[in-house]
Amino acid sequence: MNDARIAEPAAAAEAKARDALLEVRFNKRFPAQRQEFLLEVEFTAAPGFTILFGPSGAGKTTLLDCVAGLVMPDAGRISIGGRVLFDGGRGTNLPVAKRHAGYVFQSLALFPHLTVEENVQYGLAHLPQAQRRERTSAILRACRISHLALRNPREISGGESQRAALARTLVTDPAVLLLDEPLGALDAATKAKIIDDLREWNRTHRIPILYVTHSREEVFALGERVLVIDEGRIVAQGTPHEVMTAPLQETVAQLVGFENVFDATVEAVHPERGTMTCALPTEGHAGPVHLETPLVRAGVGSSLRVGIRAGDILLATSLPQGLSARNVIPGRVLSLQQRDVIVSARVYCGLEMEVHLTLVARDSLLLAPGREVWLVIKTHSCHLMQT
Amino acid sequence: MGIDCQAFWLTLQLAVVVSAALLVLGLPVAYWIAFSKRRWKFLVEAVVALPIVLPPTVLGFYVLVALGPRSPVGRWWITLTGHTLAFTFSGLVIGSILYSLPFAVQPFAASFAGVDRRLIAASATLGASPLRTFFRVIAPLSLPGLITGVALSFAHTMGEFGVVLMVGGNIPGVTRTVSIDIFDRVQASDYSGANQTALLLLVLCFLMLAVVYGVNRKAWMVGPAK
Repeated sequence: MNDARIAEPAAAAEAKARDALLEVRFNKRFPAQRQEFLLEVEFTAAPGFTILFGPSGAGKTTLLDCVAGLVMPDAGRISIGGRVLFDGGRGTNLPVAKRHAGYVFQSLALFPHLTVEENVQYGLAHLPQAQRRERTSAILRACRISHLALRNPREISGGESQRAALARTLVTDPAVLLLDEPLGALDAATKAKIIDDLREWNRTHRIPILYVTHSREEVFALGERVLVIDEGRIVAQGTPHEVMTAPLQETVAQLVGFENVFDATVEAVHPERGTMTCALPTEGHAGPVHLETPLVRAGVGSSLRVGIRAGDILLATSLPQGLSARNVIPGRVLSLQQRDVIVSARVYCGLEMEVHLTLVARDSLLLAPGREVWLVIKTHSCHLMQT
Repeated sequence: MGIDCQAFWLTLQLAVVVSAALLVLGLPVAYWIAFSKRRWKFLVEAVVALPIVLPPTVLGFYVLVALGPRSPVGRWWITLTGHTLAFTFSGLVIGSILYSLPFAVQPFAASFAGVDRRLIAASATLGASPLRTFFRVIAPLSLPGLITGVALSFAHTMGEFGVVLMVGGNIPGVTRTVSIDIFDRVQASDYSGANQTALLLLVLCFLMLAVVYGVNRKAWMVGPAK
């Protein structure tokens, strides 16, 4: 990661980069009693990060398992830099141990009976002792876990375990790196640090990295390229900006969980501000509700759907001023309902919106049904989708 | 007349040889049972478990027939060594291995199957062959199961009676084990002698079981580290 000793000569790295494309095209059917599941994907991953984004159960882990050889596809072809790992047509199915696919599981799967150092050395059995020791200490240093070498995996923290699992995989110099939500349970700061180190490592080791996540933040933080997977298929792909901010497929939007979804018509576009104005038709109200939303590739008059998360809407009891939020809409509280530690408010402003607040917010604003309020919505809290 | 040291020594030898043999033979069988995806696996499991429910005399009878001069195995052994397997220590070992097979294989297989599959997968993705994965990951994490299997087959062999009597007979120093010695003493109304030997066997078996339960109480976590 930050150690020149594990870097390859530039020329060799470059040669490797040219032919290190991961080409994946396969299908796999899982018969199940209720509903069978079909995973059918086709994509090419260049060296660098490729994010696999989608809800749990979409088939992301199974996809990685197929690349690693832990699950055998029914048909198709998987190759890395021209080296065929699986070819259904020719009956090629390279065993897991021969694929050189580094795989960091969601559970990390550190060997509990070995120390951190022994874990990291595990994949180097084919090397002479001296070389093994040198590479192990280099990667431990690069991953900043040298001081944990003699510890047991059970005695180290979550972030340290993630680093140990990464080190164990990276030290084997894999041809492709498969990361299954490896940073799942970490706080943002620790996560960002590990990702930085991983990027640094990837600069000298130009291999494709498939990174599975269901976190939007991670998609934006990492993303050179995103594949959105839902129900076993790739439903969208592109840069995070393209996939996540262009009008999304409805399925993609729903998986992120919007409580408020409305029909909208584009009324005006403001490319200079990077926004546009959408009109939301209302029932029995003076006129439509206008929302300023992010700019997407859609012309005036086209219909879209706009999704707003209930937790992204602010409530104010007097007209707020000096705000950066572009949307301030008057409304009236219809009902308040306590759900565990949040309060779900239904507010009428020409249409009904669900707003989530804390118990404290409800009490300090003296909110009650019938109360006049202002809804405050940031432009970027308005998510646009195709109809 | 105290404890028959010769019978005791013989029984101990038998138990050591049998449990050692089962450790070697039981591992591949247990591995196959734990990881095979064959449809007819249940049949093999049933065959392995058979000695648990089969009367020892039935098992002993068939082993005797199989080892006798009329069976191919028995004939092959005779051409090889010049004497029959029946009523010899080697014959006793073979009978005892079959009789204690489930006591070794079942704990082995259960502990193999309990090893987190992701650890086994991790080993493979790190380039390890199935054999290396077995010795570096599966076996160390199955240690309590391995100890249990060996201890149970040891204790079970120490106390066996029916199979020994059928296959080995009652030849002092060759096939006369402690349980047969106890039986003989009771037949001869030597209750105090029988009691001494029986008590020793009781204590030994208790100690073995205490080891088994003690080991499993402090069982290693067989999942991945958190």
